[in-house]
Amino acid sequence: MINYASREINCKIVYYGPGLGGKTTNLEHVYGKVKPETRGKLISLATETERTLFFDFLPVDLGTIRGFKTRFHLYTVPGQVYYNASRKLILKNVDGIVFVGDSQAERMEANLESMQNLYDNMSEYGYDLTRMPFVIQYNKRDLPNAAPIDDLQAALNPGWEVEDATKRRVAPDPYHAGENLVEQLPGGEWIERAPYFEAIAVQGDGVFDTLKAVSKLVLKALA
Amino acid sequence: MTVGTANWSFTQDDFTSITESLKRFLGDTNSRCALLVDRSGQLVTTVGEAPGLDTTAFATLTAADYSANDQLAKLVGENDFSSLFHQGEKDSIYVADVARRLLLVIIFDSRTTVGLVRLRMKDEIEELTLLVDRVFSRGRNSAASGGHLLEGADDEIDKLFNW
Repeated sequence: MINYASREINCKIVYYGPGLGGKTTNLEHVYGKVKPETRGKLISLATETERTLFFDFLPVDLGTIRGFKTRFHLYTVPGQVYYNASRKLILKNVDGIVFVGDSQAERMEANLESMQNLYDNMSEYGYDLTRMPFVIQYNKRDLPNAAPIDDLQAALNPGWEVEDATKRRVAPDPYHAGENLVEQLPGGEWIERAPYFEAIAVQGDGVFDTLKAVSKLVLKALA
Repeated sequence: MTVGTANWSFTQDDFTSITESLKRFLGDTNSRCALLVDRSGQLVTTVGEAPGLDTTAFATLTAADYSANDQLAKLVGENDFSSLFHQGEKDSIYVADVARRLLLVIIFDSRTTVGLVRLRMKDEIEELTLLVDRVFSRGRNSAASGGHLLEGADDEIDKLFNW
């Protein structure tokens, strides 16, 4: 939303993913690291055991662009399957999505279920995830049972077909040398993948890389 | 523009018309203040006495509260609950939908009654709906979209991320 009267650009980013994957931890790290004057209060609607019940919310000011204050509203959703009704509400009017996947091999099923749920909930609102700012974060890379990135990519970010012929040209992945976001498969099909990041959110690794990437995509989508 | 889920923009004229309308409403009902919030939880404007609270957090929670109640309405077979009322010892709040796009939140105290707020609210919502429809119909025709504002601003966008 662009408010010309108050000269503000407001954008909504939602962190999505399976339960206990680290969505709230991402926001807590951002809250702890940015200057107090550039962020608001971190609001958590959580259960007594600190599981997200409805959402966490953190407003962050990025700075001024063309005289407009850019403010990002970061939300998490409850990861547990049970809370789909409230999870879906948070997606309303979203501008950008971060999928926080849990790298542990035994959480693969939960990751897949959550990704499918994201696609389903978005399409119920008429949003097309493949045509909006969307990045994936593979969290918990430090754990001994973390699955290889290739396996996670193959399962959660296999790519979608590029239907627009004008976009069928190789686009290098700016975050990973030697990899492409848009490329042609040996079979001739053109595919596009979401940018991905590795993270250890409890230590803050990868948290800001992820946030910067999705924020840039959101602002560039407005441009 | 593909991002397209919540693309719309207010001009100074929209803002002035909406503010004037809300000021009249506050005067007529003797309410403390009005907050206009979009359904995604972003504050559009505040009119009247300074509410003396964290308006960003307030706007987010209002939108979530209203959305949750919207779903409750559907579960009991209603299309929606067109308004919400939360009563406190000193201050109370009344929330109503505007054109399915915005929420009008009125904070009031013992200087007025919920009956008067509710009575005047219907006309106010009709007036705001006309104003807001104007904003959104123009948004769809892309007359004041972000495209002009951020066009060619890639370098500036890159410079924002110097945390």
